Amino acid sequence: MHRLLCALFLVSSSAWAVIETYEFSSPDLSSRYHQLSQELRCPKCQNQNIADSNAPIARDLRVVLYEQLEAGQTDAQILDFMVARYGQFVRYRPEVDRQTALLWWSPLLLLVLGGVGVGRHFRKKDHHPAQGLTAAERDQVDRLLEDRLP
Amino acid sequence: MRVKRFIPLAGFALLALLLFKGLSIDPTALPAARLGQPFPDFSQPELLTEEVIGASALQPRPALVNVWATWCYSCRVEHPYLLALAAQGVPIYGLNYKDESEKARQWLSELGDPYRLNITDRDGTVGLDLGVYGAPETYVLGPDGVILHRHVGVLDEAVFERDIRRFFTAPGRVAQASAQEGGE
Amino acid sequence: MIPEIGHLALIIAFVFAMGLAVIPMWGAVRGNSAALNLAPTLAMGVLLFVGIAFAMLAVSFLKDDFSVAVVAANSNSLLPAIFKFSALWGNHEGSLLLWVLILSGWMAAVSWFSHGLPSVMVARVLSVMGMIAVGFLAFSLLTSNPFERLLPNIPLDGNDLNPLLQDPGLIIHPPLLYMGYVGLSVPFAFAIAALLGGRLDASWARWSRPWTNVAWGFLSLGIMLGSWWAYYELGWGGWWFWDPVENASFMPWLMGTALVHSLAVTEKRGVFRAWTVLLAIFAFSLSLLGTFLVRSGVLTSVHAFASDPERGLFILIFLALVIGGSLLLYALRAPTVASRINYTAVSRESLLMVNNLVFTVSTIIVLLGTLFPLVMDAFSLGKYSVGPPYFNAVFVPLMALVMPFMAVGPLSRWREDSAARWLHELLVPGAVVVVFALALPLLFGARFNVWIALAVLLSGWVAIGVLKDLWRRLGVGSGYGLRWQTLTPSFLGMATAHLGFASVVMGAVVVTQLNEERDLLMKVGDVEFLGGYRFELTALSRQAGPNYMADQAVFEITQGDKAIATLVPEKRRYFASGQMMTEAAIDGSVWRDLYIALGEPVEEGAWAVRLQFKPMVRWLWLGGALIGLGALLTVADRRYRRQSTSQSAAIAEATGLAG
Repeated sequence: MHRLLCALFLVSSSAWAVIETYEFSSPDLSSRYHQLSQELRCPKCQNQNIADSNAPIARDLRVVLYEQLEAGQTDAQILDFMVARYGQFVRYRPEVDRQTALLWWSPLLLLVLGGVGVGRHFRKKDHHPAQGLTAAERDQVDRLLEDRLP
Repeated sequence: MRVKRFIPLAGFALLALLLFKGLSIDPTALPAARLGQPFPDFSQPELLTEEVIGASALQPRPALVNVWATWCYSCRVEHPYLLALAAQGVPIYGLNYKDESEKARQWLSELGDPYRLNITDRDGTVGLDLGVYGAPETYVLGPDGVILHRHVGVLDEAVFERDIRRFFTAPGRVAQASAQEGGE
Repeated sequence: MIPEIGHLALIIAFVFAMGLAVIPMWGAVRGNSAALNLAPTLAMGVLLFVGIAFAMLAVSFLKDDFSVAVVAANSNSLLPAIFKFSALWGNHEGSLLLWVLILSGWMAAVSWFSHGLPSVMVARVLSVMGMIAVGFLAFSLLTSNPFERLLPNIPLDGNDLNPLLQDPGLIIHPPLLYMGYVGLSVPFAFAIAALLGGRLDASWARWSRPWTNVAWGFLSLGIMLGSWWAYYELGWGGWWFWDPVENASFMPWLMGTALVHSLAVTEKRGVFRAWTVLLAIFAFSLSLLGTFLVRSGVLTSVHAFASDPERGLFILIFLALVIGGSLLLYALRAPTVASRINYTAVSRESLLMVNNLVFTVSTIIVLLGTLFPLVMDAFSLGKYSVGPPYFNAVFVPLMALVMPFMAVGPLSRWREDSAARWLHELLVPGAVVVVFALALPLLFGARFNVWIALAVLLSGWVAIGVLKDLWRRLGVGSGYGLRWQTLTPSFLGMATAHLGFASVVMGAVVVTQLNEERDLLMKVGDVEFLGGYRFELTALSRQAGPNYMADQAVFEITQGDKAIATLVPEKRRYFASGQMMTEAAIDGSVWRDLYIALGEPVEEGAWAVRLQFKPMVRWLWLGGALIGLGALLTVADRRYRRQSTSQSAAIAEATGLAG
């Protein structure tokens, strides 16, 4: 959708599907190629992985990826190779380290915080039992009062 | 109790500051991953002599390494300025990136040759090791052979004076400047 | 002349918006009913003149007036008329005008449908919307004038509309999306008006709830259509990319989802008031933030921004005023007395709290992931990219977390319920779903896939909750006949939307897990098998379109002896821009799509081709449509129409509620 939206906002982008016909020695390599080519960001273009980009550099990186996979490199080795040359920027899945701790752990943190907040909310109830009118009754009063206002 | 009601406002204030800062940041500017590292070693023929050379051939230093190709329109734009720089005595080494050597030699004989030597990088492997993602790009090589700076795009006088001149005038401050990053 | 009329109309609309922002608000403060009652008239004035401006720009496009810069940049004389019209909003300036037009449309709708509301409330709501209109009209007039002329050097022909946008998708997707985006300004305005008036109660929630549902419904439909459009238009069969620009529209949707549910509690039970107001402010703030992110270039391309730094700064200042102002108002005016907690931890209220928690966390996560690269950059900590792998890793568990509660929610009782009762209601259907999820692969003779089993389990669970609720309401087996009258539009809308959600989850998981894809070289006569289908390339040809030349490949698809389809993917070259485009060919059905895209000719007579088999991919958009339509359906509920008949009816309702 990025390309459509970019097109909508004046950024020219060409739009033909990248289709290449690599022959892999095993289906496992082929699926790792798919996975990795979608997790590596094209350094030249805005917000495209190397699998979808038409940029020459993306094509070069696909060739490198193919060759390294066929040469038996592990995913980690390939990612290190790319990061050494193009920086953390090329990884769409940022490495979990001190710098990215906030990014990776905050979902859990927020859920726990929210959960604790909700829990405390219910415990408070024990300390302050419902007093007098219910909310609905108060609404009714509010509404009746409002009706009297000019 | 009341203070809690200000949390959303405070959060938004931080966000707004971030976005304001964001307005002056260029999301496309990419620092070279190789900054502060030695120029990656290679073994490729020189463009004119066809003699196989390595990174040790890039002498004297400090120097510029200019990534260029005949298919690259912007390279033609910056070429006259490279000639001017070379005339000033700035050592420039070329990296003839994914190009046809014959065309490249012709280009140099027609337009003039600002390069002390040219690395022939037919299939882009040196470029890849360097982290090149297009042409033209220009790297600053320090006296010790370490990459100090990268400029992406056309190199002209304004860019040179602003970002690059300092590497050639004050050798003592070179290491300090390595954290600096420029680019268009 | 026509562009000048449009420009003038836009200026007049700005004056009307200024009036709307100031006069009724002043009237509300001073108790001046003449000033109050001016609000609907002023709102109509804004609509009228923005409408004229829009029409003038449309005429400029249709008449190929290339002296207008926007037309010259985005249209072409060869462009089919319908695309000339939609090209109007296929660019920054024009889409901003559409934004304002839709905003004024919403204002007019509010003044039209709010006869029964206290006039001071209507005046405040319209006035707040008027302020937003002032901001956007000023943005348009000062930084993005759509009527700017290219004089005296008028181009002979236009640059053409980006080929990607030459598609019916452009005609309907942006207007629907904007309907949702901008529609969230209505609950926002209601929330601000309520804060200003100092009355945040169930009646406020009742007034803004139908507007919220409609806006959120349109947003759902808009996002769904965008996803579908990307799927068939981009040529590689993806349907969601977690792109920053996409996230910009997804965040208001997530927050809106929380708001829609929270409003239900506030309306029915009078609790969560401050929280609901905050959600209403957040939801619209996120759609403003999205506008900023998309148009300032902070996250996407710099090109538009670098040439025009005022734009980003202008929206940022506007954001600061609108969001900062409303959050300040919230801090000062939100009810500080916590509403009495008259419900237990096992109640519908607490289940809706889970919904709010999960969707709020999801929104924050999408925001965090979207802005993380910017944060790191701002503190010079390096350049990072946060993409689909991150969002999927975080978002999928969050959705899986909320789904178990989704089935219980509709069945649960307000105030106090018991887990034993839930168990009683759902034990048998739950067991059926578990068995079904485990046994399904056996039925199809397929390999057991744990993700699909989970998806079937969770979606089935949600669906069974809806069906059980339906069953109970109808009183099946009670011996008194079916109670059709219990199927109110509110209930049907909720049920439809929940089923839609289950459908989206099924589609997303199945197509991700079982997608088959092959890139290969094919010549005429070549045959390939994929997903049990036989693909034969039977012919290659070249055809001329109205403004492009296309290479076509003809594929005959068969399964056994049965002819399934003839698909003709194209690769087009557009004359005006010289751009190449892949036009994929798709054979769609409920259970699977066959998707063919043409790459490039590699050698004599051979093309690189991508064949894809995408099971259940349609469930995504079917689900999205159900979510949107469900939300729209709720508005038909009688209790929302009552507000427009008379206030005494509202009181009667309140009495009934208390009793």
